[in-house]
Amino acid sequence: MAAASVPRDVTSYSIGLAAPLTLFFLVFFVAPLVQLFVLSLHNDTAGVVWGIGQYVHFLTDPFSLSVLGSTLLLGVEVTALCLVLGFPIAWLYHRVGSRAKTLIILIVLLPLLTSVVVRTFAWIVILGRQGIINSTLLSIGAIDAPVRLLYTQFGVVLALAQVQMPLMALPLITALGRIDMNFEDASCSLGAGSWRTFWKVVLPLSLPGVIAGCTLTYAAAITAFITQSLIGGGQMLFMPMYLYQQASTLQNWPFASAISIIFLLAVLAVVTVFGMLGRLSRGYGGA
Amino acid sequence: MGGRKRTWEAISFEVVMTAIALIALIVIIAPSLVVLIVSFTNGFSLKFPPPGYSARWYAELWNAWQLHFAAKNSFVVAMWSTGLSIVLGVTAALAIARSATLSARVLDSLFMSPLVLPALAFGLSALMLFSLVGMPVSTLTLIIGHTVVCVPYVVRNTVAALAQLEPTLLESSTILGASRSYTFRRIVLPLIRPGVIAGGFIAFMSSFDNVPVSLFLRDAATDMLPIRMWQDLEGKLDVTIAALSGVLIIATVALMAIMERVTGLSKRLTS
Repeated sequence: MAAASVPRDVTSYSIGLAAPLTLFFLVFFVAPLVQLFVLSLHNDTAGVVWGIGQYVHFLTDPFSLSVLGSTLLLGVEVTALCLVLGFPIAWLYHRVGSRAKTLIILIVLLPLLTSVVVRTFAWIVILGRQGIINSTLLSIGAIDAPVRLLYTQFGVVLALAQVQMPLMALPLITALGRIDMNFEDASCSLGAGSWRTFWKVVLPLSLPGVIAGCTLTYAAAITAFITQSLIGGGQMLFMPMYLYQQASTLQNWPFASAISIIFLLAVLAVVTVFGMLGRLSRGYGGA
Repeated sequence: MGGRKRTWEAISFEVVMTAIALIALIVIIAPSLVVLIVSFTNGFSLKFPPPGYSARWYAELWNAWQLHFAAKNSFVVAMWSTGLSIVLGVTAALAIARSATLSARVLDSLFMSPLVLPALAFGLSALMLFSLVGMPVSTLTLIIGHTVVCVPYVVRNTVAALAQLEPTLLESSTILGASRSYTFRRIVLPLIRPGVIAGGFIAFMSSFDNVPVSLFLRDAATDMLPIRMWQDLEGKLDVTIAALSGVLIIATVALMAIMERVTGLSKRLTS
């Protein structure tokens, strides 16, 4: 064959090798999502009458809209807390010796790999009426009766922030590692203080990592079904539980499909916006 | 004088950043430690600190056959899903890793999308598809669903390992007369093996822990461990669950230590 004389690029493989996984995804991932969308376009529970009734129902129902709103807000709060706590971890990581570095990484990784149910269970123990926070506050006399921490927004945000922290910390550690230390030194020797250098040099240069971390944390926080339902309890309803109730308890598949599609679009919109910001920030920080 | 002012300023910055970092690290590690301590209580409640210590709840775990059954199901599904993810994921990663073509980029986004899309929505949609084609939910549907949400970890880690491969190594192997398949077996595969293992490990852990997909794709006979635990926790705060959590935490730490040795897990996830 003539092609034999032309040296093929030995470092790349045929795109055809992706065929099995592509086929698998088309059948078991894309097709179900398409079917979900089709079913959401039906007005009756049996899925016979076509129409956009489910979407109209959701978007005109104050209850549904408040569930969507509180879910999106929850994501913002968790992401903000993760960023505030996660950035100093990444900063510290690049200032300690290699043993401490490995220790920090393993501490950060542990929750990522521990079962979500276990992690959430731990927060029930900590936040409960007889939990650590309440018993400590009672023993030092700061409070007279146990404070309710479980089943509150505060509890959900705190637990979710801990559960999702690795998703924020790991991209930040990577991003800070790529910053040329000379920029910091230059900024300091030119007279800018540490705080000023941090806000004006380090933070802007780490924006790609910040955005990557925020995207992952946000998407994970709003979809974190287990933590939301166990720490939030029955009074607080977020989109994943709403979806599950409609699909499983009420067997209203078309409405559950519409909830899924709206939820998918909300997540997709956030990811897309963050992705655009990420491309902008790479132009800015990619020195 | 300016120097002194800057020093004070620098110290305040270091102190604040270090303090927040330490608080954050404590917040991250504390829940696992708390569960470990509470699991050794000799009482019947999850009071912290426990009134006394014993291993009675671990002994209790020995007889909890429902949990054993659920753990076995979760393990079987996780093993099959990981195996399938590695076979499908590594071949796909080879195809898209060192290619800048549009189709490779599109496929990459497709394979990564289960990571950000709500798994519960996928679980529901997969259940609808299976019921439409008349396929009853079973261990098989669980394995298929888990593979979709686990394969991204294998693809990502394998792509990263392939990207770090030195092209000169492969070229010299070819120049020295090795065939493509020989080069693949003797050069490529050994070099990407740690990446594949790391990806497979994360895939296994995430399958073993999966709730949203399992909720829809399991049948009544297939109880899965995280769902069993979740439902037990909704009902009552059982100390047996604390002991089980203790076992899972210790197993996770042990596996992490092994993976750190075998694959350099920590460096892999931060580069």
